Amino acid sequence: MQLALEVGQTAKPEAVMFWILGPMAVIAALGMLLVKKAVHSAILMAFVMVVLAIFYIAQDAVFLGIVQVVVYTGAVMMLFLFILMLVGVDSSDSLTETIAGLRPIAITAAAGFGGLMVALLGRATLGRDAIGLSAANADGNVEGIAVALFSRYVFPFEVVSALLISAAMGAMVLAHTQRTKARPTQRQLSIDRFRGTSLASAAGLPGPGVYARHNAVDVPALLPDGTPAPTSVNASLEARGDMLDYKSFDLSEVNTQIEEEK
Amino acid sequence: MDASNYLYISALLFTIGAVGVVVRRNAIVVFMCIELMLNAANLAFVTFSRINGNLDGQVMAFFTMVVAACEVVVGLAIIVTIYRSRRSASVDDASLLKR
Repeated sequence: MQLALEVGQTAKPEAVMFWILGPMAVIAALGMLLVKKAVHSAILMAFVMVVLAIFYIAQDAVFLGIVQVVVYTGAVMMLFLFILMLVGVDSSDSLTETIAGLRPIAITAAAGFGGLMVALLGRATLGRDAIGLSAANADGNVEGIAVALFSRYVFPFEVVSALLISAAMGAMVLAHTQRTKARPTQRQLSIDRFRGTSLASAAGLPGPGVYARHNAVDVPALLPDGTPAPTSVNASLEARGDMLDYKSFDLSEVNTQIEEEK
Repeated sequence: MDASNYLYISALLFTIGAVGVVVRRNAIVVFMCIELMLNAANLAFVTFSRINGNLDGQVMAFFTMVVAACEVVVGLAIIVTIYRSRRSASVDDASLLKR
């Protein structure tokens, strides 16, 4: 009786919280699929995770809510962003369909699967009210989980610790690269530069925008003969499509007549 | 409020994650969608823990988080290794067995 009263009292604010945050989480998750850039996907994912953390805390899972923020939005998403920055942007960010007819099939299958899940989960409570965790959390949520974790679940806990160590080892093995050739000496690098196939880059590549109209990193430099040098612009700017069209800087195209300013 | 509302949203998030795994090409986005699916399952665990009034569901969600952390570490290391050799993070480009 006491429990039912408590559930009844907290129902209203929880419902308000749910109906505000729930749709936002679903929209953010849909946005994850629809936005083009992977970084935006990561930000939306972090938002969904924070919303889930709030849901956990609202459902008396305080420990899991905090762990969700610390482990997921803190560590895992930071790792994701770190790898995103490492790998950089490339053509895989585009949303074009590479396998014909994949998208309609995926959406149809998802609608069927989602309908099945919702229909099943709607019956999962068998029409009963939730018991609530007031009794289980009587000694505190962290204490309750600790008792379960170190008594009934102590063997899975140890197995999971072994899994964590193996995962750390696996990541180190995968990330480690072995040098198959000896590191080139400075002498060898110098010989390669001047005795190599082309002398064009022997003196190093030109910096961007040095002789150009604008002094900016996205503007290619002009070579002594007046042709623009697209190699002077950073390759990642070019990949992102942020480089200005270098042909417009060709001296034969540009009007060199000096206009008098009044 | 009916606790099964959380179950519905968990089912929705899981489905969205599954679509993302199939539709997107960037390996990192695919991976984030897998994380979304794991998170949705966690929400269902926590909700069932509340419905049944014991903490076993929360312990299970805790284990899921640990396994997800391991999976992220190894998975991202694999993505970086593939990127190093093929200069691409697209799942379509990793088709060595096909040819």
